[in-house]
Amino acid sequence: MTSTGLLAVYPDNPSVDLARTLDLANFAWKGVANPETLVRLQPTEGWMGAVVACDEDPEGGWALCRNLRRLDRPVQRILVLITGAQIADLEMRDNLFDDFLLTPFHPRELEARLRHLFYNEISAPSAVVIEHAGLRLNLETYQATFDGRPLDLTYMEYELLKYFAHNPGRVYSREVLLSEVWGYEYFGGARTVDVHVRRLRAKLGEEHAHLIETVRSVGYRFGASKWQG
Amino acid sequence: MLDAQRDYVLRTVEERGIRLVRLWFTDVLGTLKSFAISPAEMENALNDGMSFDGSSIDGYGRVQEADVLALPDPNTFEVLPWVDAKSAEARVFCDIAQLDGTPFEGDPRQVLRRNLEAARKLGLVFYVAPDVEYFYFAPRNDGGRPVPLDQGGFFDLTTTDITSSLRKETIRTLETMSIPVEYSFHEDSPSQHEIDLRHTDALTMADSIMTFRFVVKEIAAMRDVHATFMPKPLEGVQGSGMHLHLSLFEGDMNAFHSESDPYNLSDTAKSFMAGLLRHAAEITAVTNQTVNSYKRLVPGFEAPVHVSWARNNRSGLIRVPVPKRGSELATRIELRSPDPACNPYLAFSVILAAGLRGIEEGYELPSEADANLFEMGDAALTKLGIEQLPQSLNDALRVMESSQLVAEALGEHIFEWFLRNKRAEWRKYKTHVSQFEIDTYLRSL
Repeated sequence: MTSTGLLAVYPDNPSVDLARTLDLANFAWKGVANPETLVRLQPTEGWMGAVVACDEDPEGGWALCRNLRRLDRPVQRILVLITGAQIADLEMRDNLFDDFLLTPFHPRELEARLRHLFYNEISAPSAVVIEHAGLRLNLETYQATFDGRPLDLTYMEYELLKYFAHNPGRVYSREVLLSEVWGYEYFGGARTVDVHVRRLRAKLGEEHAHLIETVRSVGYRFGASKWQG
Repeated sequence: MLDAQRDYVLRTVEERGIRLVRLWFTDVLGTLKSFAISPAEMENALNDGMSFDGSSIDGYGRVQEADVLALPDPNTFEVLPWVDAKSAEARVFCDIAQLDGTPFEGDPRQVLRRNLEAARKLGLVFYVAPDVEYFYFAPRNDGGRPVPLDQGGFFDLTTTDITSSLRKETIRTLETMSIPVEYSFHEDSPSQHEIDLRHTDALTMADSIMTFRFVVKEIAAMRDVHATFMPKPLEGVQGSGMHLHLSLFEGDMNAFHSESDPYNLSDTAKSFMAGLLRHAAEITAVTNQTVNSYKRLVPGFEAPVHVSWARNNRSGLIRVPVPKRGSELATRIELRSPDPACNPYLAFSVILAAGLRGIEEGYELPSEADANLFEMGDAALTKLGIEQLPQSLNDALRVMESSQLVAEALGEHIFEWFLRNKRAEWRKYKTHVSQFEIDTYLRSL
């Protein structure tokens, strides 16, 4: 799942929880500090939508919402984050947001609301090429290369690497990988995942084998963690 | 999934400019067979299979109908790493079927599939990791004794030797062909090497061993060296075995593991071992299928001679290794009799059948034999109820012949052909007058 447009996120240094949720749900986003950067960073096709945290800086947040509606390409879908004490603030501001969520929020709820709000934009995966740290996967031709050199994979090795590369930095349990890559009907058990990870590492070669990291007693991660600490 | 796999293979053939696709399969004796098709035929091959005349393949011939179908298994499609990219080639393992699509009973891969299906019905997946030993020799075509290329011993660092660089290159090639290597080292005898493969399910491993033997020989031949999996090429030093580390998994659980047992062996593991021990003599002709195999199975060379098991005793048939850090996934047993000249599909089939019989019938595991059996007299062994493995191919065939278990595991077609073929081999050997006889008898008698 990948979104086709760009989200504006306020403030420009959003909380770790918010950034992580957006990344894990594969939304492309940019932080905006104020109405000026909102205009400056606006992509030519306009913002797909916005997530505005009003919980810490209500005044700046609501001001940004007003600006979002006034852009030459007005933003149609705005989700605001507020604290429980701010529910009263929603009154008279119905024109400034399309959905809201109370903080502290549950990441799954935020993801579900965003997914619903941007249903049309994220329904079809559009990327044809995935690139990560020298690795390049062409999803149309099924070809994998590393630093331009072809990487010959069997079908299941390719599918596993594709799944990893779609979501770099994210930790997956063996069970999730098994059901997502092999499908639930597969009989072999999660040990199959270990066998294929070992095969992939062997093919990536000593230099790059670390790209697929073992996360002890959890599973595997492709690429470095994005949210250290 | 199958459609996606086919699509993947066809696109790869196109994108990588594959000029030739080699269809690989195995005859009953375990020899790799191959015929090549052009990329244009690949789609047809994946959909309908390629028919060919099987009558010249060892163990395939039938009276009524000689033609069979090779059905490529798309998940085994690999580009061959040693072929020049300008004329790229790929290989794919095939299942052999009758023209009507039913599995061909002479195909070892189909036989293993059938036996694995029996395990699957019990909810079990069979995992195998082999330790393969082999020799490098200087090439000679005069039929004389083989000449070792180095004088190294166990774990010796023979950095300057050509054999070490051959081994390194072999491992690199194996790893690019989806065959990860766990360890490799110089073995005990001159010019003898060992490569240990990382566990996989038994079907993948049987394919991997076929590829492994091919790669080892091919890479050696490129440097004008002869690699051999002959079980006992040199008299007076260790022969080449293929110890098999075996385990059964039930989903994500290692069915061989038990927390409460002092050796961490579950009842399933114990019954499986009991099955292997009770049927050991019956399956030996398959796990050790040449006249020469029995020259390895003699006392004093770390090869098993007796039907016994122990935790840390390398003279027994089954060893129970101590897993690293007590990891429950690593609990396994090591069967020490097979040699690398066996047909891996058939060997895995009879081993699994013997073990499963033990589980299904709840065989009792005999007590551990931890003494060095090589040093015990026959009387003492008989008292312990410890028997010997068959002493010759002839002995092994005679036990196999009356084995219902092996007949069922292999199927009648292969069972009968194998016995016929191997008896002929024994007869040829029996009438051969050896150098030993000339040296010993010619002058004195």
